[in-house]
Amino acid sequence: MNTVPEARPMDVVLDAPRAAAQDAPPIVELRGVSRRFATSLDFAAKLAKRLGVKVREDVVHAVDGVNLSVRKGEVVGLVGESGCGKSTLGRMVAGIMPPTDGTVLWHGRDLKALSGAEARQAKLRTQMIFQDPYASLNPRLKVAEIVGEAPAFHGLVGRGGLDDYVDEQLRRAGLDPALKRRYPHQFSGGQRQRIGIARALAVQPDFLVCDEAVAALDVSIQAQILNLFMKLRRELDLTYLFISHDLGVVEHLSDRVVIMYLGRVVEEAPAEEVFARPNHPYTRALLAEVPRIEARKRAFAGVKGEIPSPLNPPPGCHFHPRCPHAFDRCRVERPALREIAPGHRSACHLNDAA
Amino acid sequence: MPPTLEVRNLRTHFFTRAGVVKAVDDVSFAVDRGKVLGLVGESGSGKSVTGFSILGLVDPPGRIAGGSILFQGQDLAGLSEEEMRRLRGNRIAMIFQDPMMTLNPVLRIDTQMIETVLAHAKVSREEARQRARDALGQVGIPSPEERLRAYPHQFSGGMRQRVAIAIALLHKPDLIVADEPTTALDVTIQGQILAEAQKLCAESGTALIWITHDLSVVAGLADDIAVMYAGKVVEEGPVTQVLDAPLHPYTVGLIGSVPSRNHRGEPLRQIPGMTPSLLNLPAGCAFRARCPRAEARCAEPPPMAEYRPGRFARCIHPYEEAAAA
Ligand SMILES: Nc1ncnc2c1ncn2[C@@H]1O[C@H](COP(=O)(O)OP(=O)(O)OP(=O)(O)O)[C@@H](O)[C@H]1O
Ligand SMILES: Nc1ncnc2c1ncn2[C@@H]1O[C@H](COP(=O)(O)OP(=O)(O)O)[C@@H](O)[C@H]1O
Ligand code: SF4
Ligand code: SF4
Ligand SMILES: [Mg+2]
Ligand SMILES: [Mg+2]
Repeated sequence: MNTVPEARPMDVVLDAPRAAAQDAPPIVELRGVSRRFATSLDFAAKLAKRLGVKVREDVVHAVDGVNLSVRKGEVVGLVGESGCGKSTLGRMVAGIMPPTDGTVLWHGRDLKALSGAEARQAKLRTQMIFQDPYASLNPRLKVAEIVGEAPAFHGLVGRGGLDDYVDEQLRRAGLDPALKRRYPHQFSGGQRQRIGIARALAVQPDFLVCDEAVAALDVSIQAQILNLFMKLRRELDLTYLFISHDLGVVEHLSDRVVIMYLGRVVEEAPAEEVFARPNHPYTRALLAEVPRIEARKRAFAGVKGEIPSPLNPPPGCHFHPRCPHAFDRCRVERPALREIAPGHRSACHLNDAA
Repeated sequence: MPPTLEVRNLRTHFFTRAGVVKAVDDVSFAVDRGKVLGLVGESGSGKSVTGFSILGLVDPPGRIAGGSILFQGQDLAGLSEEEMRRLRGNRIAMIFQDPMMTLNPVLRIDTQMIETVLAHAKVSREEARQRARDALGQVGIPSPEERLRAYPHQFSGGMRQRVAIAIALLHKPDLIVADEPTTALDVTIQGQILAEAQKLCAESGTALIWITHDLSVVAGLADDIAVMYAGKVVEEGPVTQVLDAPLHPYTVGLIGSVPSRNHRGEPLRQIPGMTPSLLNLPAGCAFRARCPRAEARCAEPPPMAEYRPGRFARCIHPYEEAAAA
């Protein structure tokens, strides 16, 4: 039997890192990670409290007991609706926000236990890219300074070589180095995102956490930036956590998809698998509502009900007030995230029925 | 009978200190009873200004510099501010991306809705209240009686948008202009609102203009589509024909950029370059610096032409057959 598969040239390029990621060691691993915020009291409430009135300080459960690992070389897409905790989870993965409970392992080692120098290393090698690059670019610095500041400070490049080094980062991000004496406000949204990417690349990261990095861009510019992310992945062997509310973008880019609802991971699987065989009722509802350009004059329905407040999440399965299949157990017991097929995990009591 | 709305050669320009911004520059389209027109384009292409022009909401330094806006055959451009006010919120309504453009943060929902009813209808307060309650129920707000007594900040974003839609529905208008009303909402909530919009057109015969940058929403919702680029409609026609067999190179590029139109993991077909500034736009086709089919003739302004029955494009060199989009 001939076992050599017919290779299409495109597959060779794209599937190589994907296959490698299967058993690669995790770059980051979260174990039982939660993050809570105390909502700050407004003035009236503070005053009332001081006067002895009982005021409940509300606690937001932004992330609630999440296990997640990102292996070297893979692109993990993180999706979910507004307020479900994607950005909070992303910040903890990037090591810029400590969890309230649980452990974040970086290359197998507890982030909290790293020495000063190691912690700095960890921070440099993981970079975040945000939705609004403008807010994260210092308006008073020229592009060359924005991109060159960190590598110069951390001694990644000598003073003499800095100019060339900055040019190389800009070229990589698809910007003409001739523009490097300009200020951020002189650029369009897409170009600013490229500046943000050049700045991140300048410290030689191996892991990028992109939080809605293309959400603010027009489709035609979004396509350019997505292509850039894919090109950089191949050239620099990068690993990504790609946070987005746009399922089309996530489907296109990711090897593995993680779906969150109200602070918890409800489903996790290889990308093809999630889109072909969604298991969790929330995932299925979400996929049914995504507008598709292929659909013509379709009947929309919407998922009934509102997204509940994380201040006061429903007991049991967080999705039960909106779930068409909810039964008694769902209202009291949190469903565990369980493997239902190789690499495919889902948190729903229905899977226990069999 | 004339169509509910017919816009002919509309020009809305902003006379700024830096120069004339031709935000809307020769835009024509029509929308009929019970139909949905999707007005699509990228940011800055002139979609919102087109919507504001229809409602008579363009403020200086902007003004309508030419063309006509025929509502049930009557030219709105010729109406006085007072006559326009009477139509607005009554026969013609607008829904904005930010529902707080419609809602007053310091007033209870019932106060706002009752005032809106009384502004255009001679009915008792009690009847106005009843209408408000019905409208909230119609857009799927649970326990409308209770909700009437709430303030806008007590609602989620999706609920607020539904209240704004309910207000737009109060007088069963003949035309609604909806400007990106679901762009800030999550898909499961967007689905609810799109469902309401569909029901509305089907049941009350309202004509709807749905402004969006999202081709996928238009694909599922609209009957016709008009694609804007740099202040002009560059392509127009029935949704299926425009999306399946686009004529204009910009439309082809836009559809090709949508991730689901590409093979997973492969580079997306992207449009090179970026949208030009509308300030001092050079003559000729505004897309030519980015167009793969551009030629010398494109330096002349291309006219809008009907290439197939009902299929218009503003291009001298359109794709003849279904392009690989
Ligand atoms: N610093 C903070 N203080 C208080 N609450 C916070 C803080 N940061 C986040 N939250 C709350 O935690 C929850 C999750 O927020 P997060 O920003 O992670 O959501 P998200 O999934 O990224 O949403 P979006 O899609 O809107 O960006 C929200 O309810 C939010 O209001
Ligand atoms: N008040 C104004 N003054 C000057 N230019 C304006 C004003 N309002 C809009 N414009 C310009 O008109 C063009 C079209 O804007 P708009 O209709 O809001 O775009 P869209 O809704 O398609 O994103 C843009 O170039 C914008 O900058
Ligand atoms: S656990 Fe119950 S409520 Fe939750 S998704 Fe499954 S069936 Fe629905
Ligand atoms: S007129 Fe010319 S430049 Fe403009 S879209 Fe057509 S082919 Fe391209
Ligand atoms: Mg976020
Ligand atoms: Mg707009």
